Amino acid sequence: MRIAYYPGCSLKALAANFDRSARAAMGALGVELVELERWNCCGTVSSLTTDDLMRQLAPVRNLIRAQEAGERRLVTACAMCYNTLKRAALRVEAHPEELAKINAFLDEEPDYRGGVRVLHLLELLRDEVGFEAVAKRVVRPLEGLRVAPYYGCLLLRPRGVGLDDPENPSILEELVRALGAEPVDSPLKGQCCGSYHTVAHKEVVARRAHKILSEAASRGAEALISSCPLCSFNLDNRQRLIRELDGSFAPLPVLYFTELMALAFGLEEALSPEGHYVDPRPFLEERQLLRR
Amino acid sequence: MKRDGEPRIGVYICHCGTNIAGVVDVKAVAEFAKGLPGVALAKDMMYACSEATQREIINDIQQERLDRVVVAACSPKMHEPTFRAALERAGLNKYLFEMANIREQDSWVHKDGGQATEKAKDLVRMAVARARLLIPYKESEIPVGERALVVGGGIAGIQAALDLADSGYKVFLVEKEPFIGGHMAQLDKTFPTLDCSTCILAPKMAEVGRHPNITLLTNAEVEAVSGFVGNFKVKVRQRARFVTPECTACGECVPVCPVAVPDEFNMGLGLRKAIYKSLPQAVPAEYAIDIENCLNKPNLLVCEKCLQACSPKAINFEQPPEKELDLEVDTVIIAIGADPYDPSKSQDYGYGKYENVITTIDFERLISPTGPTLGKILRPSDLGKPKRIAFIQCVGSRISNPELEGNPYCSGICCMVSIKQALLIKEKLPEAEITIYYIDIRAKGKGFEEMYRRARLAGIRFIKGLPAEVLENSDKSLTLVGENILLGELYEHRHDLVILSVGLEARKESEKVQKLFGLARSSDGFFAEKHPKLEPVDTATTGIFLAGAAESPKDIRESSIQAKAAASRAARLMKEGKIRIEALSAEVREELCAGCGICESVCPFNAIHVDGTSHVTEAACQGCGVCAASCPVGAIEMHHFTDAQVLAQVEAALADRPKEKIIVFTCNWCSYAGADMAGTSRLEYDPRVRLIRLMCSGRLNPQFALRAFELGAAGVLITGCHPGECHYQSGNLRALSRYELLKRLLRSLGLQEERLALEWVSAAEGERFAQVVNAFAGRLERLGVLTKAKGEEPALTTAEAGRREG
Amino acid sequence: MDKMGKIDLSAKELQEEVEALSGQRVFACYHCGKCTAGCPFASEMDLTPRQVLEYIMEGRVEVLNSRTIWLCAACFTCTVRCPNGIDIARVMEALRQILLRRGEDSLDLASLGEEELPQIALVAGARKLIG
Repeated sequence: MRIAYYPGCSLKALAANFDRSARAAMGALGVELVELERWNCCGTVSSLTTDDLMRQLAPVRNLIRAQEAGERRLVTACAMCYNTLKRAALRVEAHPEELAKINAFLDEEPDYRGGVRVLHLLELLRDEVGFEAVAKRVVRPLEGLRVAPYYGCLLLRPRGVGLDDPENPSILEELVRALGAEPVDSPLKGQCCGSYHTVAHKEVVARRAHKILSEAASRGAEALISSCPLCSFNLDNRQRLIRELDGSFAPLPVLYFTELMALAFGLEEALSPEGHYVDPRPFLEERQLLRR
Repeated sequence: MKRDGEPRIGVYICHCGTNIAGVVDVKAVAEFAKGLPGVALAKDMMYACSEATQREIINDIQQERLDRVVVAACSPKMHEPTFRAALERAGLNKYLFEMANIREQDSWVHKDGGQATEKAKDLVRMAVARARLLIPYKESEIPVGERALVVGGGIAGIQAALDLADSGYKVFLVEKEPFIGGHMAQLDKTFPTLDCSTCILAPKMAEVGRHPNITLLTNAEVEAVSGFVGNFKVKVRQRARFVTPECTACGECVPVCPVAVPDEFNMGLGLRKAIYKSLPQAVPAEYAIDIENCLNKPNLLVCEKCLQACSPKAINFEQPPEKELDLEVDTVIIAIGADPYDPSKSQDYGYGKYENVITTIDFERLISPTGPTLGKILRPSDLGKPKRIAFIQCVGSRISNPELEGNPYCSGICCMVSIKQALLIKEKLPEAEITIYYIDIRAKGKGFEEMYRRARLAGIRFIKGLPAEVLENSDKSLTLVGENILLGELYEHRHDLVILSVGLEARKESEKVQKLFGLARSSDGFFAEKHPKLEPVDTATTGIFLAGAAESPKDIRESSIQAKAAASRAARLMKEGKIRIEALSAEVREELCAGCGICESVCPFNAIHVDGTSHVTEAACQGCGVCAASCPVGAIEMHHFTDAQVLAQVEAALADRPKEKIIVFTCNWCSYAGADMAGTSRLEYDPRVRLIRLMCSGRLNPQFALRAFELGAAGVLITGCHPGECHYQSGNLRALSRYELLKRLLRSLGLQEERLALEWVSAAEGERFAQVVNAFAGRLERLGVLTKAKGEEPALTTAEAGRREG
Repeated sequence: MDKMGKIDLSAKELQEEVEALSGQRVFACYHCGKCTAGCPFASEMDLTPRQVLEYIMEGRVEVLNSRTIWLCAACFTCTVRCPNGIDIARVMEALRQILLRRGEDSLDLASLGEEELPQIALVAGARKLIG
């Protein structure tokens, strides 16, 4: 299967390991991620005012790129891109008059005609590849590994945009089970990590991350998986600050779900130390899930 | 009665003090009426409904030989019965009366005196045109016998059945479970008196069991219903109990039964055997076998343990698994109760996921001496004694966000349930810390506020502010995080047991029962009463009444009150022995009828059968007119709403400047009442609308709308009850399909289809009525088909004033 | 910092502007507190999210001084739980926008350190905190 892929800016820079592992893991399942040509910023965060058509131009332009490529679907790995692109796609679908305005404004572009579906990799795994196929591809079952799925906000909310039940999601748990590991349920798995406050209010984010990580650890988690470069940064890199605030805090590795897949698929080269503050390799080597 | 020649109509225009006369030039309207064809006299009166005026009308009828009367005043829903009675006193048939609603539809909703006066004239012209064609009808009488059916054996059904049986009527009480008692049998104590629920219920149940006038049918459900008041034919399917009345309830069969399944009576908190009883005091007293779970199948024995243990030989697996009973009854009381809200539908509070999160109804079984713990309060995870107990109020209630599970209404009982349970916990576990998280405490009822105060003084903490979710800790305790709203501070509290205070919602079976009996339900799913204030236990179908929580959430006392009211309403019909049926039925003109059977297929009341030609069972006909509107050859005439009468109103409404008129067809029950509500709320709307009342939107013969367009009306708006709320079950859906058809027809005629619209308006939606009308008028203006009405132009009124003076 | 020093809004204007920008009916709130209860930032806030709604309903313009409206990161937890269907994240955005559109930024990019941050953090922060 070939599918149009929108990596987004972070996966091209700080979260290159997310991009690398996503391509490798999906490739192992026979899914080729074909990077969209001339993609631009997704818009990053959805604007929430009633008069913000301007803020929809960026995401709609990406939908136009997909349309040009003859694609009906566009898949993302980054939860934030997913949320922003999908909201814009749903919005112009529901409000043709707004789409008409946007098209008129984007006069240098062909008109967007609607109909491009924005998907997240996890949806593709659940609804098309199937977790059974994922389980079949596993060459190194992650037996005994206790992994806490972390959803954050943008995979789940608001309703209608999220890809699972916002109060009781299960898609990451299913993936963890398919890889042979054991999901650890934490009540904070859908709570915000602190998001962009990491820019100017590091300590607020550190307190959020501390709570989320400690809760998962107290329930026996040995690692945490995420689907968002910003969540991963806040939960991983902010551990430095957490340790300044709480000396007894024990580091907890944070992986992208695609890295966990790559590991179980035996694609060790996709799991590099770059992009991690807490290097997950020593711990995985200790658990004999990674060759030294 | 003189039937040939011009009728002699008396027209009376009411000032209603200044209610009408403050806006409408009443004298000008009376003057105008004098010139209308068929009008013998026209007068204006200060208060048309006063006894003096009534006498004047009676006198006029007799002295002036009037044979029709039109009163232009308030809504017919207000005073039509008053004036009809006056006609009867004068010896005139009451169906020769017509009312023009110039208050709710005119003076209360329009400020411009000129426009309001013009509209009043139109409304009078329409009423007179219809009055000319009115036909006298004789109301038929049908016999009503002394047999009642009560559906549902909870407290409401029990109370209603006993009252009827004690009054000498024969009662069939149908209960789907093997035992009666409903939810009340599950309760430990009742609020606010803390009576033991079983202690007050058991004697009532026993009385039902032994009453010579009550036939108790348990394990039974109504399968089919036909007929009408005085003649309901009801098919009941009863599942076998496999235990005969010889059972002495000794209980020897229970310990030997090898099957144990979750006990639904104990909300699954305990187990029961396949042969069982809900309560020691259960009625019927005989045990029942749950054949679904029993190892035996009917006529196939693999386990004989209970048979061997039973000394009176009361167990019989040879009973036919089901039997059908055909009952004939005269009246029906629906008492099917309500279901507690199931919080596992919304995941936020972890019900069904966390062991120590239970509901208030679960807790009733936990604290009941007949429950799985024999009344000890133990937390489910480890059977330990809970020290910190929380109640969360409004679970599944007061939720108007359509994306969330739950119901928009307040169930009204849950606050008192929690307060009662908290006090009971205090009695049994004095050291327990109890917190009730709430939004508002609703304690309206005799002794309720006092109980609330008692709870506060007993040390129960009331914290305003609901938690958003329940978090389970590793020791299975539960953490609630929220805002103490009165402090504006956050709380984070641990509890050993969390009790969700759930509301009530319409029974799962409501839709089935609604269809079987041809009833209406309101948007909340509960059965709709005929009038929320003045006919609270009647349904729109004569002879069928509502009792208990089937109509809306109720506590035991309210259920009893309503059950007793329903019983007395049913008894009133049966005592009289006969009932007069309003003469609104359909009549088939056999010479035109081709016997095609469409009417039979569309009638929601099985009131038409085809036998060569169609025949109407007058007593079953509710007068909706769906058949008449569906008849391809126009062979069905609706009494009092004939095609000719409605068309006369359309023509009269459009006699003058039709391009300034919008015709609005309303149904009698919802949208007409909605327009009245707009009037009582003084909501102004476009003065260019002219309302024509039908019994049901399904009565709308496409011809009515086409005639309006033919005469040049700017637009036609069809209004009716919201889907699911039709008083004739589905007449509004007929209107909807006819509307689609009409739109296609307009297109093919080259007319703009936007000139026709259909909107649902309930009786309570005055604001919506006004909005709908204004939006439609706005649309017609944009289409350029609706001409501006003459505003506050003195031209007409002055001219007429001049004429009057001259 | 006094954000509203330069902002001249009457109670009614505040309410109207919030409702117009957010498209939400703030007055539907009946104070159940679920928005605060689920808010991951509530412990950091000066006003609870529910209090922010009450401030708007009371027409108290000083709500624009609240730290709360900047702490809200639009995680939509309140939005998916409000029994009255108020999208509180949108209400918060409206309050931020009232300030941002009048030039009252909440982030000074120049003051940021050297730390390498995920690109989306910087852009998202700029979008939410700078007018």
